[in-house]
Amino acid sequence: MRMLNKTNIGWLALFLLVFALIQGAVLVGWIDAFYEIALVTILINVILAVGLNLIIGYSGQFSLGHAGFMAIGAYAAGIVTKQIPNYGGLLVGMLSGMVIAGLVALIVGIPTLRLKGDYLAIATLGVAEIIRVAILNMGGLTNGAAGLSGIPYLSTWFIAFLAAVFVIILIANYTRSSVGRATISVREDDIAAESLGINTTRYKTVAFVLGAVTASLAGSLHATYFSVISPDQFTFMRSIDILIIVVFGGIGSLTGSVIAAAVLGVLNVFLQPFGSLRMILYALALIFIMIFKPSGLLGTKELQLSKWFNRKKKQTQRQPVKQKEAAR
Amino acid sequence: MENFVQQLINGLSLGSIYALLALGYTMVYGIIKLINFAHGDVYMVGAFVGYYVINYLNVGLIPALLLSMTFTALLGVVIERVAYRPLRNSSRITALITAIGVSYLLQNGMIYLVGPGVRSFPQVVNNTLYQIGSFQISQMQLLIFGTTIVLMGALQFVVQKTKLGKAMRAVSIDSQTAELMGINPNAVISFTFLLGSALAGAAGVLVGMYYNSIDPMMGYAPGLKAFIAAVLGGIGIIPGAMVGGFVIGLIEVLISGYGNSMIRDAVVYGILIIILVVRPSGILGRHVKEKV
Repeated sequence: MRMLNKTNIGWLALFLLVFALIQGAVLVGWIDAFYEIALVTILINVILAVGLNLIIGYSGQFSLGHAGFMAIGAYAAGIVTKQIPNYGGLLVGMLSGMVIAGLVALIVGIPTLRLKGDYLAIATLGVAEIIRVAILNMGGLTNGAAGLSGIPYLSTWFIAFLAAVFVIILIANYTRSSVGRATISVREDDIAAESLGINTTRYKTVAFVLGAVTASLAGSLHATYFSVISPDQFTFMRSIDILIIVVFGGIGSLTGSVIAAAVLGVLNVFLQPFGSLRMILYALALIFIMIFKPSGLLGTKELQLSKWFNRKKKQTQRQPVKQKEAAR
Repeated sequence: MENFVQQLINGLSLGSIYALLALGYTMVYGIIKLINFAHGDVYMVGAFVGYYVINYLNVGLIPALLLSMTFTALLGVVIERVAYRPLRNSSRITALITAIGVSYLLQNGMIYLVGPGVRSFPQVVNNTLYQIGSFQISQMQLLIFGTTIVLMGALQFVVQKTKLGKAMRAVSIDSQTAELMGINPNAVISFTFLLGSALAGAAGVLVGMYYNSIDPMMGYAPGLKAFIAAVLGGIGIIPGAMVGGFVIGLIEVLISGYGNSMIRDAVVYGILIIILVVRPSGILGRHVKEKV
């Protein structure tokens, strides 16, 4: 399979198109400083939601601790870039945050991922709270409840965009790999998967660690874009915000997560004056979606360029079915 | 030693509150296997009802307690009817997300109605301190302890001695078989929510008086800790929730008294994770093998 097939070129074109549209809007001045904050928030939320969707939607494990891993990334990047205020420092901060978050997720994941559904949710919630309390008590390193301020403004919307594209490609490819298929089989029926020789704990753990690492990346971007971080930005509420995006978009649909992050981000800007009324609307929407359409807006549907291209090919060349499968 | 006894008294009164809340979690979990995330917020609503009833109707503690319990009991039944009943046959994660949504709705609804600020709770009880030997106990603590014991006794009576209680136990063991025996599971589940939410309302009023401050976000942390208490005691088991509540209360107070109060919450969550990994069925629970 060639790297430069039609599908991949199509995806590249799509990403470039989105990039050009945003860049154009910035150049023309439609996206000013205020809207740029909204844009970066959306991009960070895309990373968080795609990572959480891998855990909830693909491995079927319910994590409520996403904000905790985000906090690790934010503090790692904040502490490092305050010492080394350049892009090298940003890279070191991001990578160290990702490594720490991955290790914490691994240590926590191996025992707790044996738990089922709602117990796991509570355990991950506990982990996030422990991370937060640890950050609160690290003295001068994290500056306690006051948090870190004066973190150099290193991230731009361009870096956030690159990171979001990277995470989307990483996770989309992961879910389509053989490892990803095994992960999905664990979601569908873990007992059946186990009887087929799939090490369920391993795949759950890998998905959990990968989700935690991407959350950490999002946290690093958050810290170096907004420059001020404090432990109360990474509470349970933050985890719920990300969960809302995943649920709206569809549990198990990366496309849905991206769209929901964008739509909710735009809505947030326009509903800003309504304050707590907006949160009431979100809460009601969450309940109604669960009651009437628990699969979310897109269910598990994805935007698949490969299908689109293959359909065209079928009309012109009339490929046999088997070959078409192989071409995918 | 004196200090230790003093800490024990404080721990027992805090533990009473957790135990009252944990009962609601454990009953609901025992019967429909749902972590009712909104339970902590029902407790918050209870505190606010107590606040308004005492301030505007000028009633004493007992009527305030009863009115608040009635209101939260109805609220619990409505929540179950509107949000949870349509999801009776869907996956547990779906129900859990709905519960989180209800919790979010109650918090933000309250913020919308009364504002996010902290209010001081009216003091209707003279908070005299009794000296017993070298340690002291406040009237408030006695009141919390006494109310909790009375309510727990009443609950134990309802669950063990009445027909509805018997139906509750039957539904929690096997809902379908109970239905075949002529029990209406929906009515029993509503009744469970009614009992649990009434206890949460009582806990809300008691906490408002004890700590003298209430706010719309007050339900989150105690709600979680009460859930941890329920898991610690063995979720689904009513005496377990009482034991777990007192244990968590004592641990918290002892850590604050002898260690670092900043790490108190982390220790409680750490206990949760250890319990979940080592003995998920809790102190009083039995291990049930899963059937394929």
